[in-house]
Amino acid sequence: MSLEKTLSQIKGSFSDYVLGLTEYAGEQIIHIKGQGVIDVLKTFKDAGFNFLADLTAIDNLTLGGFERFAVVYHLLSHGSAERVTIKAYVPEDNPVLPSIESLWKTADWQEREVFDLFGIEFEGHPNLTRIMNPDDYEGHPLRKDYPRLGRKERYDFPVIDRGIQKQKRTE
Amino acid sequence: MTRVTEKQLETDRMILNFGPHHPSTHGTLRIIMELEGETVTKATPEIGYLHSGFEKLGEDLDFNQYITITDRMNYLSPLCNNVAYALAAEKLMELEVSKRTEYIRVLMCELSRIADHVLNVGMLAVDLGAMTAFLYGFRVRENIYDLFEIATGTRLTTSYTLVGGLMRDIPEGFDKAVLKVLDEVDEVVNDIETLLNKNRIWQNRTKNIGIISKENAISYGISGPMARASGIDWDIRVNEPYSSYEDFDFDVAIALNGDVFDRYLVRMEEVRQSIKICKQSLDKMPTGDVSIDPDLGFNLPPKDEVYNSIEGLIYHFEVTMPNRGMTPPVGEAYVPTESPNGELAFYIISDGNRTPYRVRTRPPSLINYSIFSKLIEGHMLSDAPAIIGSINVIAGELDR
Repeated sequence: MSLEKTLSQIKGSFSDYVLGLTEYAGEQIIHIKGQGVIDVLKTFKDAGFNFLADLTAIDNLTLGGFERFAVVYHLLSHGSAERVTIKAYVPEDNPVLPSIESLWKTADWQEREVFDLFGIEFEGHPNLTRIMNPDDYEGHPLRKDYPRLGRKERYDFPVIDRGIQKQKRTE
Repeated sequence: MTRVTEKQLETDRMILNFGPHHPSTHGTLRIIMELEGETVTKATPEIGYLHSGFEKLGEDLDFNQYITITDRMNYLSPLCNNVAYALAAEKLMELEVSKRTEYIRVLMCELSRIADHVLNVGMLAVDLGAMTAFLYGFRVRENIYDLFEIATGTRLTTSYTLVGGLMRDIPEGFDKAVLKVLDEVDEVVNDIETLLNKNRIWQNRTKNIGIISKENAISYGISGPMARASGIDWDIRVNEPYSSYEDFDFDVAIALNGDVFDRYLVRMEEVRQSIKICKQSLDKMPTGDVSIDPDLGFNLPPKDEVYNSIEGLIYHFEVTMPNRGMTPPVGEAYVPTESPNGELAFYIISDGNRTPYRVRTRPPSLINYSIFSKLIEGHMLSDAPAIIGSINVIAGELDR
């Protein structure tokens, strides 16, 4: 099934979820609400978009968008060599959306990465733990309000006093 | 009287830490394995030891500066990363580069692919105890790196591309040097195949080890030579051609069993096809410039002009200064490319400033590695190096 047909089918049957359609440089982007992600992605999968190429997120803090966070799915159809981008929006106060690990196993690690770096939670994920940072790490580095210099962490390290250092610091 | 051996032996499960620093882990990765005897019953890969926040860094560096970061991701084929990033940035800014630029990019990518595959097969062989193939592979890899040094100035951190072109043109006589190395590669590939293909130890160690079925490969998002070894006929160079790949005539290597041996065969065949592409690219190399029209305000002037003339220096500053420089449109671009490991893509989102709003790398190493715990289950511990080697995990790209 071609991309346009699938897009119009989704627009028809999931009109509550679909927020809009945009196009940039020849790529179709469909914007949906976070809770509709399984239904929409399942429709795409059944229509031949069999390969989840990439799963990531964007923090729309200063970019502007429907909500603060967008989880982005890049789908590829091996049959028709078409690609489509799906953006699922989740609000800042409750960044939760359903996990699509049941549809594609590759979502397992990629959702963990999004959870680690953006703090977006995935309902129904078998093992939602941090993947890049240590388990006791605080904060989500790829959020736009996370400092780029890492000041907070560095200045919170416990300092061992050895006399001379203390003297120097008080000077 | 019962003999001792007839009694059922009781074994406890043993937890084994494999890595982070183990000679066959190809970087800093750690796997926590549960063993029953020598059989792995469960494996939990732990990654992130090399996480350096490249994606966060990308939000602070402008489009040309970030190219230096892409080198550090996949340090076995940095030129492929340079090209992939430049393609994404060019798509975002809707720039068209010259035909010569595209052909040189293809040449460099294919040389990187040869270097990566030959080294990968060599490393796989040395992990399984075959030293000779490793030395053969390493030798040609060094010769290819010499070519990179001639063209780009360095062996590893090449940073050869710029948004809208290349750092510099290939030097005169480069084609002869390339052809000489390609002949050597051809010989070495034959040598390695003679050493390994019919070697009984090699076959026992690699056949039926770590089998990925076609369905699993798609479900786990496997791409590149690993997917093609499982029978998926998908090569981005053919199916979604970028950078003039449609001009070249080559075959896609496919195997059907999806085990370590097939992945090795696919890689060796891809080296042969890459040699073909390199030769075609040298034959058909168009003449022309390797940078776009300077009036567009995107490309940096040649270094000669910057160092030796005041106009060049002013122009250089016009491009690189924080309040000037290139201003991309608001939008986003995702460009898939066929890197030696699989689908490598950069997803750039721009809000119209001189630095990208977000740069995401689609890392083939991470996504290919996620199937590892499934592959090793039920295999012997000594198969772990074979499977890791055939996945070709590169820690810099895995953790970014």
